Amino acid sequence: MTTGTKAPPVSATVSAPAKPSASAARDYRGVVHDLSKTVMTDWMNQLQAAVHDGTPTAYLMISGNCVEILRCFDILPVFPEINALQLAIRKKALPYILKAEEIGYASDNCAYVKADMGYTLSGGVGEEGTMPKPRLIVCNFVGCNVYIKWFEQCAAMMDVPLTMIDIPFVRENQPSPDDVRYVMAQLRTLIEDCEKLTGRKFDIDRLREILAYSARAEEGWALAKSLCRARPSPFDCYFDSINMMGPINALRGTKAAADFFDGAVAHYQKMVDEGVGALDEEKFRIVVEGPPPYPYYRNFRNLFEKWKAVAVQSTYSTVGGTWEFGFRHDPERPLESIAEQMLMHNLCNRTMTERYAQIRAYVERWHADALVIHSVKSCRLFSAGQGDMREYFTKELGVPTLMVESDLEDPRYYAEAQMKNRIDAFFESLEYKRIREGAPQPAGSQP
Amino acid sequence: MTVVDDAVQQCRDLLDLLPAEALARAQERHPRVAGFAVFPVYAPVEIIHAAGLMPLGLFGVGNKLEITNADSRFQSFICSIAKSTLELFLRNEMKGFTGAVFSSICDVARNLASVAGRNAPGMYLEYLHLPQSSPTEACREFTRSEFRRFRDNLGARTGRPITDDAVARSLGLYNRVRALTRQLYQERRHRPGVLSAAELFTVAQACTRLMPEDAIPLLEDLAASLPMRKPVSRDCVRVVIEGSFCEQPPIELIEAIEAAGCHVVDDDLVVGWRLFRHDVPAGPDPVAALADAYVADSCYTSVRFNAAQPRTTGLLRRAKDAGADAVVFAAAKFCEPALLDYVLFRKALDEQGVPHLKIEFEEKMWTFDRLRTEVETFTESMLFE
Repeated sequence: MTTGTKAPPVSATVSAPAKPSASAARDYRGVVHDLSKTVMTDWMNQLQAAVHDGTPTAYLMISGNCVEILRCFDILPVFPEINALQLAIRKKALPYILKAEEIGYASDNCAYVKADMGYTLSGGVGEEGTMPKPRLIVCNFVGCNVYIKWFEQCAAMMDVPLTMIDIPFVRENQPSPDDVRYVMAQLRTLIEDCEKLTGRKFDIDRLREILAYSARAEEGWALAKSLCRARPSPFDCYFDSINMMGPINALRGTKAAADFFDGAVAHYQKMVDEGVGALDEEKFRIVVEGPPPYPYYRNFRNLFEKWKAVAVQSTYSTVGGTWEFGFRHDPERPLESIAEQMLMHNLCNRTMTERYAQIRAYVERWHADALVIHSVKSCRLFSAGQGDMREYFTKELGVPTLMVESDLEDPRYYAEAQMKNRIDAFFESLEYKRIREGAPQPAGSQP
Repeated sequence: MTVVDDAVQQCRDLLDLLPAEALARAQERHPRVAGFAVFPVYAPVEIIHAAGLMPLGLFGVGNKLEITNADSRFQSFICSIAKSTLELFLRNEMKGFTGAVFSSICDVARNLASVAGRNAPGMYLEYLHLPQSSPTEACREFTRSEFRRFRDNLGARTGRPITDDAVARSLGLYNRVRALTRQLYQERRHRPGVLSAAELFTVAQACTRLMPEDAIPLLEDLAASLPMRKPVSRDCVRVVIEGSFCEQPPIELIEAIEAAGCHVVDDDLVVGWRLFRHDVPAGPDPVAALADAYVADSCYTSVRFNAAQPRTTGLLRRAKDAGADAVVFAAAKFCEPALLDYVLFRKALDEQGVPHLKIEFEEKMWTFDRLRTEVETFTESMLFE
């Protein structure tokens, strides 16, 4: 078992604070959200076109993925997790969840799986649907064991070949040379599968170009997140990170994704320079652990905004990669660096105690007042043991910690009134603590 | 009392103990031996034994311990075995154990290893990544490397390097335990009723709480006595139990299934301790031999992906080989690998026209009437069709 995370190497350039402007605060969501929407819509349009035009497509999971290899063969990546997420956020997931339960999925199974499988069963994938049927299913088993079952079942249901990439969990301080060799051997098998699928030879120089775009996007990701160390934070690093997660995880390796991050960083930097924050007023800085309740995304966000609480960091945003701690894909070591990222530089393939260290670094270096744990039933990778995490942060580190429960996909597990009561009580107590300790109310001061 | 009854009773007594108590019992015959807990499903116990330690199956605690601390660490939707295992660590109930080994069976087990380690300072907790891939050369090499890493770490921890000779000796002992267990399973399959499922389950699980040197004579006595035992003859449905590969059901649940009209002719109970289909030849490199056996000669389980051996095919073959009429799918509540696999199992069984029934259990369940009625309805629907 390993402990510890690297220190973030980058820091934001923050300027003297100015009073936040409400219109600017509202506007920031528009700019980066629109940038994200543009690139993501383009990808979605490609997916829709691929339903009929024969473009080779492959399923892939988000965590520690190797999308660059698919891209090298012009195979369009399809992410069932994103499909499930979109169903949830558009409040369309429940009928598909129920559909999946009809064929035997248990009420206790991951609802991401159920929503996606229900959607597939209902004809959402393939010629009559909105998502292309994959020609290849690539299961990047990076931490989450449910990935294996999910993709096996997709492969069986749609009769599509499955390529498994078994990523050894991090058991020592670093992956061993044997771990890296094992992953690279599997990546070579994937390359052979891609060659067979497309009839094209592998071009390592093309992969290097793609990885250069990846590294540029990763640098942008890290810069954007480091800007949240400023006070006020230019964006909410939990709720608004979704704008960056699409480009970094699904579109990584494209010029569009790299350009997106250039634009996002420039915008956030400008906000920091002007002292404009994510909220009209930033009263509490929090770190959030766990995925959001997508079916009630806006409602959940409002419960924090009401208290002028902004997330300055989040673990969920790092499922694909922990870029803010320094790792970049290296075009000079293409397959090695892909293997290393899958093995080591993402949240999912690391231990709970390493996650504690990651959160601790966030709390200390991003100057957070509290930790909020959103425990979701669907994802045991995230949630199993979060009670121990609360124990560690409250009792051993003295970090005020709130733990609330619902789900990332299944709307039946979200209880608004109960959620509101707990969140209100938590921030009331934080506020009271501040008053009692005579702490100055935070203004737009630089940390 | 017959030899069989006596042996089964000894085993039942052993299962009534907490792990540290079972270890203390073993120490009566093996003074000063330290324990090393093995969380399901599988670990190379031969390496642990070769280190001079006693490998001991860590299958939760059933009703033997009140969960008072672990509930605050693991949420309500987490399986019983994770909570009761953590409870043992939180309450310092693992006295006499050098450490424990967990493996990559599911997301909960992985987090449990981490959380238990944080709460048990001073104990050596190992996490094995058992491969989730086809039996390729790369997979074989990786698995060998992983088993060697465990051997080296364990040797370093005990201060005694683990030799190939020691592993070969332990492999010989565990080969014998597994062969005898296979023999009992065969006997039950061919003469249903000669050994009830509850009895065999009790024995198989108790063997995870015995040194192999002590398990062998017990199993040999049982195997020698079975031919003299008269099978209990009843109108029954021959069933395979599937889905209980990790958390183990209460014995009363197996008794209820039998009482409801089932002859259990095969199962995946305690499967990790009898994983290999054949004896593993030690050869010049016994650690490599064990790794190779894991990759290429282990039976299917819901916690391993192996494209060369789909689990649906494995279940259908298991049912066919055992001459089963039906499958009882008995999964631990909240067990993601079992519950997700049920979807494909159910489809495969339906396609082959094999009747099946799904039930769920928890460690601490104590009433079995409803479940027995469910199974009875199922079996009667088959018997009186």
